[in-house]
Amino acid sequence: MTAPNTPRTLYDKIWDDHVIQTDEDGTCLLYIDRHLVHEVTSPQAFEGLRMTGRNVRAPEKTIAVPDHNVPTTAGREKHIDNEEGRIQVAALDTNARAAGVHYYPIDDIRQGIVHIVGPEQGWTLPGMTVVCGDSHTATHGAFGALAHGIGTSEVEHVLATQTLIQKKSKNMKVEITGSLPPGVTAKDITLTVIGLTGTAGGNGHVIEYCGQAIRELSMEGRMTVCNMAIEGGARAGLVAPDETTFAYCKGRPNAPKGEQWDAAVAYWKTLFTDDGAKFDKVITIRAEDIAPVVTWGTSPEDVLPITGVVPEPASFAGGKVAAAQRSLDYMGLQAGQKLDQIAINTVFIGSCTNGRIEDLRAAAAVLKGRSIAPGIRAMVVPGSGLVRAQAEAEGIADIFRNAGFEWRLAGCSMCLGMNDDQLNPGDRCAATSNRNFEGRQGRGGRTHLMSPAMAAAAAITGRLTDVRELMAEGV
Amino acid sequence: MDKFTTLTGVAAPMPLVNIDTDMIIPKQFLKTIKRSGLGKNLFDELRYEADGTEKPEFVLNQPAYRNAEIIIAGDNFGCGSSREHAPWALLDFGVRCVISTSFADIFYNNCFKNGILPIALPQDVVDTLMEDAGRGSNARLTIDLEGMKVVTSDGTEFPFELDPFRRHCLLNGLDDIGLTMEKADSIRGFEEQMATARPWI
Repeated sequence: MTAPNTPRTLYDKIWDDHVIQTDEDGTCLLYIDRHLVHEVTSPQAFEGLRMTGRNVRAPEKTIAVPDHNVPTTAGREKHIDNEEGRIQVAALDTNARAAGVHYYPIDDIRQGIVHIVGPEQGWTLPGMTVVCGDSHTATHGAFGALAHGIGTSEVEHVLATQTLIQKKSKNMKVEITGSLPPGVTAKDITLTVIGLTGTAGGNGHVIEYCGQAIRELSMEGRMTVCNMAIEGGARAGLVAPDETTFAYCKGRPNAPKGEQWDAAVAYWKTLFTDDGAKFDKVITIRAEDIAPVVTWGTSPEDVLPITGVVPEPASFAGGKVAAAQRSLDYMGLQAGQKLDQIAINTVFIGSCTNGRIEDLRAAAAVLKGRSIAPGIRAMVVPGSGLVRAQAEAEGIADIFRNAGFEWRLAGCSMCLGMNDDQLNPGDRCAATSNRNFEGRQGRGGRTHLMSPAMAAAAAITGRLTDVRELMAEGV
Repeated sequence: MDKFTTLTGVAAPMPLVNIDTDMIIPKQFLKTIKRSGLGKNLFDELRYEADGTEKPEFVLNQPAYRNAEIIIAGDNFGCGSSREHAPWALLDFGVRCVISTSFADIFYNNCFKNGILPIALPQDVVDTLMEDAGRGSNARLTIDLEGMKVVTSDGTEFPFELDPFRRHCLLNGLDDIGLTMEKADSIRGFEEQMATARPWI
């Protein structure tokens, strides 16, 4: 607990408000306000409860939804071909219903990626602690909620006790000053930061993103930024709540109403970093220096502006030299090759990073009146059934279909390829997801991470492309 | 959970940085509802060809390292996904200790829930241990958790640090859900307080 009257960061404040008990060595018992559960990391946790005769302590604070391995094609509510996937989805169904948690089954229009469903349904609110057996839980930090991924043993711990045993992380500030130039998005911010700090740069820290460019982002954009805090190694990402946050939350199905809403907003307005609060690490980037970026390698830190060239492995230091060479071999690239000349054959738009309505709008704005290049397989997977319905209503779905995209049902899909949506060996994909690891999207598949607008541009030209060139032609 | 006190075993060198949890256990093996049986697919895509035959150059396929119980790895081991299948796969293979310069937070936490000890040491020490491990099955390490030190085959000792609570749990093989449930009154008290302070939650 921070001493009284000491200036505190946003992280300090949320942490302090959730500590139940602190041990002599600083180990804390932390209360968890929301626990999100999906089919892949929870079966062993529920099994553990059964074996020890323990119950789910707070089903009213627990939300379950299948997302990781659900098919994104029609008819999935009746049958899932993959037997192991089917067993996991069925296990979640049984466990969620038996425990009486809030549950959005596969045939519910509100089903989708857990990190899109939580905010959409008003489960995620400022000042909360939110956990899920998934590293991209960092997404919810966009609301000024302390949100992070946990392992299955911790899922079981939270189910049984509604708490976690934690030690406090350090405070890191990432400030983006000024306004973003045209064609540059939240995804470019978050990738640029990781490119700068490395995937271990945030280890042991919670990042607070601030500055004018962050303030100017929508909630969707802030979720994209915080989502990839984990790729920067941070335990969590945070953005202080403001009027943009309150406007997003207001009227959501599970957001407070009436007097409770007023009381909540009054509390939320206290959630900001005090002047003079101490950060252990500070990074400042000028928004005007950020360009549309892509990844060239197999680590999310392998980021360069689209105007750049594939780097020389020898230009790195230490263990990164061998890692960079290995990346180039895996990616089938040569040092010195221009990034915007790299041909792709697959485009994936979706994921908890970029599967929200604003992301689909940004891609559709580029695609409108255009078609994907011959031979390209392009797929858009909305982040939830409600995002999908909204895109249908706005005419965005038609733009995608007319351009030649497959218009799928909601789920994690090709971000991690646990369902049938996978790359084949040697396929090269422009992806709006969050990880370009070897084999992530399918064995031997090659992933280039980028924003939805950039992925749309790549779909049109058939190569990695600076979206600003297409914008000049009139988006 | 099994206790961890002292471990003497073969250390396998993996000098790659950023070994992520997708590499440790690829997604196709996450479709299990059990914790056991993942060892045969540990490092699957590094270890096997697409047709399932072993890649002879991969360290754990080499005779000297087939029974390795310790891994010496490059910086930022375990980054990426929160999948606890990664420590489950390591444990199922027989690995009880990983030594690196740094670990990703979630993986680091997950290790302790499964009786695996991740040890962070300075770069020069990791370099020395990596070189040592390169000598094969003759180069055995001893991990002494009680004494908080790594001892090489020639007797050189390298001290390491660890949070006292985690050390206590590992040494005694404690289940921390049981420990937390003993604090049920405090949790209930906190919930009552919160019902007044933040009733919208």
